[in-house]
Amino acid sequence: MPIIINGTDQALPDDPRVSLLDFLREHLHLFGTKKGCDQGACGACTVLVDGERILSCLGLAIQYEGREILTVEGLASDGTLHPLQQAFVEHDGLQCGYCTPGQICSAIGMIGEVKRGVPSQMTAALSGAPVKLSSDELRERMSGNLCRCGAHNGIVQAIIDTYGEQRRVAE
Amino acid sequence: MTPFSYSRAHDAAEAVAFGGQAAARYLGGGTNLVDLMRQTVEKPDRLVDVSALPAEIEARGEGLWIGAAARNTAVAAHEAVRTRYPLLSRAILAGASAQIRNMATVGGNILQRTRCAYFYDHAGSRCNKRDPGQGCDAIDGFNRMHAILGASASCVATHPSDMGVALAALDATVHLRGRRGERTIPFAALHRLPEDHPEIETGLEPGDLITAMELAPLPMARNSLYRKVRDRSSYAFALVSVAAALEVEGGVVRAVRLALGGVAPKPWRASLAEAALIGKPADAHSFRAAAEVELAAAKPLRDNGFKIELARRAIVAALTDLLGEPS
Repeated sequence: MPIIINGTDQALPDDPRVSLLDFLREHLHLFGTKKGCDQGACGACTVLVDGERILSCLGLAIQYEGREILTVEGLASDGTLHPLQQAFVEHDGLQCGYCTPGQICSAIGMIGEVKRGVPSQMTAALSGAPVKLSSDELRERMSGNLCRCGAHNGIVQAIIDTYGEQRRVAE
Repeated sequence: MTPFSYSRAHDAAEAVAFGGQAAARYLGGGTNLVDLMRQTVEKPDRLVDVSALPAEIEARGEGLWIGAAARNTAVAAHEAVRTRYPLLSRAILAGASAQIRNMATVGGNILQRTRCAYFYDHAGSRCNKRDPGQGCDAIDGFNRMHAILGASASCVATHPSDMGVALAALDATVHLRGRRGERTIPFAALHRLPEDHPEIETGLEPGDLITAMELAPLPMARNSLYRKVRDRSSYAFALVSVAAALEVEGGVVRAVRLALGGVAPKPWRASLAEAALIGKPADAHSFRAAAEVELAAAKPLRDNGFKIELARRAIVAALTDLLGEPS
């Protein structure tokens, strides 16, 4: 069974040692997904598997046989940026840009978790009530994605602008 | 990474048939094992992927059944866990990052290995856990993160799991399938202390596969929490953590569950503190006295003496918080 990358079937690598990250970058030449630490500490390699965010450096490609992987290359359609990509541009949610594909894929997965009612450490009650995407909630939920340039304020603003109920949060 | 063969198990029996072979490892989400293989600390010749095995989370009477392949996120978000065993939800949500919680399984979380830097440093450090008999560079090294309870002269590494601390407090039952069939063990018997053999971390036999965790009914756990103290407020391992559940009647402690993380080679059930609290007034004085009893045997290393007082305070703070939220 193949693995589906951005809607296209791809043959899995013969060697089971190939990480999903190396498969994307070195085999398929999809260089959007970045290798930062390669040990699960930075989030730069975040991709979506069947809509859920994971770290592609800590998974072997072969583990994801038959699954649908979405990388940053799969977000824009017909030359139009995904709304979150556009918001990152407008809010300066980046400086060097290395963490950006991971930030964007992570945020898309994060919004799915919020919609499904997955709590976070910051969620005050575990009652299952809808989660309000406050700045604190958002920062906790995005804490797996580091930005060494310090663009976090712009990143938070871009996500709030795209998905938040209130268009701006206290700065 | 050294070469290995890979197969995906379709049921527990098939997994055990392969997993019982020498140098085979079960693969859950891979968040720890793949990393250790890349560092050549782990060198399995066969990976048996058990992530497609049962992952159901279901209420069984007033108790709960959690399939070992359940992802950490699924457990933390499950309605029965959130409402009946909030300390378990809280412990999971305090660990790792959302991406890792989406990947990691319950079985893999519980069997994850220490993050002691000397254990990881295959090329430059001695480690009795990684290479038995080699010596331990942590005991006289940078050991701020290391154990104050339950360690030995051969190993001072801590167990890194947050989920495990909650499961220790809850007296979870571990369901196993091994080469001789199915059996259960109490969670407290799953991990062992290092003594002279830190390379032997569990009471499991070769080929044993964790198939599920079962939680007994525990109404008092509705009033429970997980308090984690760490160097930054998210995405860091515990310096000290406390899983606690408390039942107070007429101002007196009727029942209590306490377990500590970040301080010992295994999720540390604070049985001494629990015994010291039963029947005592539910107040700061009793909480402090119980914490003193639990930490009386603590042994500081060069850099981690602060953990002793930190653990005492974390215990008092956790229990005090529970007083403010009567069930």
